[in-house]
Order: sequence, then C-alpha cells, then structure tokens
Amino acid sequence: MFYRETGQFKTTYAADQQIFPIRQDRIGMLLLLAVAFVGIPLFASEYWFTAILLPFLIFALAALGLNILTGYAGQLSLGSAAFMAVGAYAAYNFQVRIDGMPVLVSFLLAGLTAAAVGILFGLPSLRIKGFYLAVATLAAQFFIVWCLTKFPYLSNDSSSGVISLPGITILGFAFDTPRSTYLLVLTLVLLLALAAKNLVRSTTGRAWMAVRDMDVAAEVIGIRLMHTKLLAFAVSSFYCGVAGALYAFCYLGSVEPDGFSLDMSFKILFMIIVGGVGSILGSFLGAAFILLLPIFLDISLPAAASMLHLPFDNATVSHIQLMVFGALIMFFLVVEPHGLARLWQIAKEKLRLWPFPH
Amino acid sequence: MFQKSKQFAVAIAASAACLAGAFSAPAQAADDQYFMLPDYRVGPYGANGQAFYGGFIDYLTYVNMKGGIDGVKVAWDECETEYNNAKGVECYERLKDKAKKFPGPIHTMSTGISYALVDKTVADHLPLAMMGYGLTMAVDGSVFPYAFPLVTTYQMQASAIIKFLKDKNGGSLAGKKIVFLYHDSAYGKEPIIALEAESRLNKFELVQIPVAHPGNEQGAQWQRIRQEKPDYVIMWGWGVMNMTAIKTAQKMGFPRDHMIGSWWAGSEEDVIPAGEAAKGYMSATWNVSGAGVPLIADIEKTVYGAGKGNLSDKAKLGTILYNRGVSAAVLSVEAIRTAQAKFGKGKPMNGEQVRWGLENLNLTDARLKVLGATGLLPEVKTSCDNHEGSGKVKIQQWDGAKWVLVSDWIEGNKALIHPLFQADAKKYAKEKGITPRDCAAEAKKK
Repeated sequence: MFYRETGQFKTTYAADQQIFPIRQDRIGMLLLLAVAFVGIPLFASEYWFTAILLPFLIFALAALGLNILTGYAGQLSLGSAAFMAVGAYAAYNFQVRIDGMPVLVSFLLAGLTAAAVGILFGLPSLRIKGFYLAVATLAAQFFIVWCLTKFPYLSNDSSSGVISLPGITILGFAFDTPRSTYLLVLTLVLLLALAAKNLVRSTTGRAWMAVRDMDVAAEVIGIRLMHTKLLAFAVSSFYCGVAGALYAFCYLGSVEPDGFSLDMSFKILFMIIVGGVGSILGSFLGAAFILLLPIFLDISLPAAASMLHLPFDNATVSHIQLMVFGALIMFFLVVEPHGLARLWQIAKEKLRLWPFPH
Repeated sequence: MFQKSKQFAVAIAASAACLAGAFSAPAQAADDQYFMLPDYRVGPYGANGQAFYGGFIDYLTYVNMKGGIDGVKVAWDECETEYNNAKGVECYERLKDKAKKFPGPIHTMSTGISYALVDKTVADHLPLAMMGYGLTMAVDGSVFPYAFPLVTTYQMQASAIIKFLKDKNGGSLAGKKIVFLYHDSAYGKEPIIALEAESRLNKFELVQIPVAHPGNEQGAQWQRIRQEKPDYVIMWGWGVMNMTAIKTAQKMGFPRDHMIGSWWAGSEEDVIPAGEAAKGYMSATWNVSGAGVPLIADIEKTVYGAGKGNLSDKAKLGTILYNRGVSAAVLSVEAIRTAQAKFGKGKPMNGEQVRWGLENLNLTDARLKVLGATGLLPEVKTSCDNHEGSGKVKIQQWDGAKWVLVSDWIEGNKALIHPLFQADAKKYAKEKGITPRDCAAEAKKK
C-alpha cells in the first residue's frame, strides 16, 4: 500500500540510473543515515560503540571487499584476513616511520599496499579457477602472516611482533572517544560502500560479472581477462586493507600477525555467503549476522537459562551458543541459499503487492 | 493471513523484550568488590582456562566464606573469550561499566587480549594484571600506570633459567652451546632479546630454532638439534608443541634432563601425554603444584566441603594451573587489602585505589605464611618503577608421576633485563605520545 512506485515517472537518464530509483527507498535510506549519524551517537552507550558497531562496520567493509572479488568477479579467495593484516601493518609503518604523516593518507597508502600485494597473489587466477584458486590464495594467508612474524622490521622491531597503534588525530581533532571513532569509521565505510556500489554498476562491474558468469564468453566479446581479474583482486584487497587498518587503529588498538588467522578469513567468507554473494547490502547483513548473533546468544542464553532454572555453567552456554549459531546458519542457507540480501529483495517484492496480492 | 501476522507481531515483541532485557546490565550489590573475569573454558586452550579460573574463583569463594576482604564481599562475572582477542574486548566492554565502581584486577590469561586492553584500562581506570604473560615492558610503571606484569616476565624467566644452568655448571657457561626452541609467535619470541643479552654476557653460543604453530611435527627441528649437539635445550612451547618436543627428543636420543621449558611448558597437561619420555624433563614455574600446600588443602576442605567448588573435575585441584589461579587471586586480594590499609579498612576500593594497592604491594613470606601459602608463590614487592615485583622462579623436574622441585627461588639478572624493558617502554611512550610519570619524585613525596 505504501511501498509502491505508481506515479513516479522518470523523465531524465539521471533519474533512471540513480541507485535508489524508488522514492520510498530513498526516504528509507535517508532515515537510516539519520539514525546512523545522529540517532546512534546521541543514544548509544560506549559498549554499543566499541563492542558492536565498530567491529560491525569494519567487518562489513572487509566483507564488501571480498564480495567484490568473489561475488562480482567470481574469484574465490581465502586470503581476506591476510590482506587486512597487510593493511594494518602498512598503515602502522607509514604512521610510525614518517613524521607528520596524516592518518587518512596512511589509511589510503595501506589500502594501496594491500592492493599491490593482492595483485601479486591474484596472478595465479589467470591460470586456475574455483577451488584451485582458493588453495592458491590460501598461500597468501599463510605467507603474509609468516612474513610479518619473520621480519622484525615490519613491526618496527617490537620484540614480540605485536604492534600497538598510535591514536588518531585529523586536522588537530583527536578521535579518542568511542563516539568520534564511530563517526569516523562510519563515514569512511559509507564513502567506500558508495564507491563500491557505483563501481559494480559501471563498465568495470559489468566486466567483472561477465567474467564471473563465463570467462570464455567474456573474452570473446572483448573483455581483457588479465586486466579485469587483477583489477578485481586489487580493488578487493584495497577494501580489505583499509578494513585492516581500521581494525587495528580504531577497534583493537593493538594487533599481532597471528590475530589475522585463517579463521578470520573464513569468518569473512561466511559473512558474504550468509549475507548474499554479489550484493553490497549482503555484506552488511552478513557481517551483522555473523558478528552480532553470537554476542546476542552469549548475553541472552545465560539469562534464559537462569529464568528457566537450568543448571548451565559458562562452558555449557558457550557450547550451546556454537550449536545454535551453526543451526541458524544452516537454516538460513536452506531457506534462502542466496543469502539475507535476497530475503530482503523478496520482502520488498511482497511489500509492493501487499495487502492485495491478486 | 491476519492470524499469521498477529503471531508474527507477538513473536517480534517477545524477542524485542528479550533483547532489551539481555542488554541491560544485571543488578549487583552496591558495595561488593567486583572482579570481571574474561575467561575461557572452551576452545583450543579451554582445558588450561578451566584449571586457572577454577582456582581463581575457588579462592574468591573461599575469601567470601571467610568473611570477605576485611568485611567487603567479593562478586564476579565470567565472560567467555575463547582466547580470542575480539571476543575479549567485547567482554571487557560489556562488563566494564559494572566494574568501574569497585574493580578487582582483571586477569585475561591471554597475551593478545591484555595487549588490546592496555590502553583501554588506562582510560577507564581499571587495573590490569598479567601474571607471567602479556606486555612485559609494562614492568616500567612510569609509562604503564594501570598494567601489572606481576611476579615475573618471560625475559626474567629466561634469565633465571640461564642462572640455574650456570650454577649447575660450576658458575660458568663459557663455550657451551644452548638451543632455544620456540613457538614462532609473539609469546615465543619475547625471551630472545634476553637470551641474546645473556649469551653476550656469559659467552655461550645461542642457536635459535623456531617451530611453526601448532608444532605437532618437529622432525626437522630435532634433526638440526642433533647436528648442533647442544649442551641444553631451552624450550618456549605451548600446547601440543610441548609433548611433541619431548617425544621427539626421546626418539632422537636427546637427554630430557637437559631440556628446560618455560612455565607454559611445565604443567601436567604437557608431560603426562608424553608418557615415559617426559621423565627427567625440567621446567620453570612461578608457583608450585600439589594439593599439599596448606591453603590449597583448606580450600578443598572449606569450599569443596560446602559443595561450592568451581571445578567440575576435582582431579585438577592442586595442578600447576589450578594453583596458579589461586596464586593470582591471592595477589589480587592482597593488593585490595594493601589499598584498604591506606584508604580505609572495611571499605570497597575504587580503580585508582586498587591500582595503588598493586603498585605498593608487599607480600612477604610472613604474610604468605598467615595465608597458608608459604612456598606457593615467591615474595612480591612492587613499586612505581617495578611492576613485576619479584622476577623469581623455581625449576621443577618431572619424575614420571609428579613435579619435583629441584631448586629454590631463582631471580633473573635484573640489572641486565630491566633496562631492556625501560628502553622498550620509552620507545612505546614516544610512539604513543605518553608522558611518563616521575617515579623518583613520587617516591620522595612518600
């Protein structure tokens, strides 16, 4: 009844090509942005900022990066965490070694460094595909972590290999409260997400999708395979690199190479699988699902257990949490193999007809 | 259709209510000294966490049963971290508001998590204890006011092991060859700087051999050790790496009584799976094992007698890690007592006061005797420029059934090692833009 585009006529190409062609979507998005930029900073507690919103935004960015590579360009990668590590360590080195380096520039350079490393490890994609490529990117995962542990130069000769990040100051303003850090990360993530959205709608994005759907056909119609695939690796690693730098500077404040483990790469991969492969929105939904559900279960299960007078100790709760989490992932994949983003799309289509489906 | 959507609305309302309930912090008695316990009982290191935090909680229960810390009851909440940094930070953020009023020292039993908390705890005025792990340069309290690597650090421990070997060899290690076999991670690499300094000082040759995580295959490393023919092997192992090393040493014919492990390579869990091969293997430890210590026996009688024990498997009582948990709790409670002596007996202490207590801790043998903990842990005396407070370890040897102590408390070479911490801390302060406190001036004021 309310969600209907009847009467919205597009009279220009620009109106036809905008990201949200339906007015209700635009209003919804504006509301969402208002909540994110004004509502949340006004009302959220410190716990929400540091333990929930920051990791959510940062992992959504990393998932977005992987989604560009896997969802849009069809190249399976298991090295996302390693590219995040490259970003984190690169940003740290630029920051510590060059006096007066602006933080945002070092984030940008960190992303570019990660992109360069990504291109290097993307080279095998020119010859191999699918699961074999996944194994090749696994090499990136192990090599980069090994490299960061092996060469003390990369961690500024810290005796343990753990780096501790300096605070963030931009133009004299210190981002030292959870609220300001959140706003900084939110802005960066939104800008990058907007860029990604436009990228996948452009020639580049269409070339990626053509390669994903059938690379021989793509080549026949004149898409340069090498260029396209390596560009996908570069852009994807850039996003992961920036996410890594944010993870280190804005979230944990101190990182070690072992923290960027294969586990984390899998986590990011699960985010896009659950959220929706080949969807920008899906990266955000997947990150929310994978990160927030365990926390929610962790908090609500003991409360539920005590309400029902069940003799659960901490360890049992953790085990149950894992089981419920696994079951929910399976449930969602069985009900909707295309992820949460697809569920959202279906909901929108239903909403258009509601309440008169016939 | 209507029916369905009504059900749906009810379901949404119910889950929203659950959500609201779950995210509001549970109530707590106003005047309790509150410990947040970001612990781990599942995951790859769950077994270690169960023993350590079992001991910790058992001692807190014991203190409460004996009337609290000078009348102040102790309260605590656990939060499962699975030894994962991000989860640890989440736990910290979740519990910190509750802890801010009257906190107990925070023990994470994880180097990674404590690194992530070092800056946060300063901002929140919550004391962070890292007993035998964590950020070792925090020994320099002028840069790290809220972080306490109490009792001893990896570097001091390595130095103490060298001293033990030196004494064994008539006071000199000149011309000897020592292999350092380490877990290739932050943990394994930390003592290298100390061992290198010791090797220059004592003129022994140091050979460093890393083992990649998890270390369940060490053929190549021990092949190399066989070629090098070292006099001793010092091992910084972790988890499955330890028993693999011990078994491989047996296979390669290297005498186990020439192997010394760190304290993470010296618990029952490390040697029992290696069976016969572990006989004669030595390790450092900063607390002794055994249920024979009076305090441990009393905990068993009082706490377990009343059915309030935390361990589900009582066999862990008196193991190295259980006793370590008790020792950590003893130090935490004593720090609060120290603070009470200055700021008001019988009152709960706030974060700054507990911090002061940790920094002015003086746990003497006489006090340990009163607690029934003689010999359980070394004497600890902290100050502004020494947040470690002891630096002493004992060496123990596995006789096939239990750990037998083969040395008294050995102190590492403080004059050699502590300047290394100070140099690191200075660099850290510069990177982070911290102005160090003036410890000498503070001491004078007192």
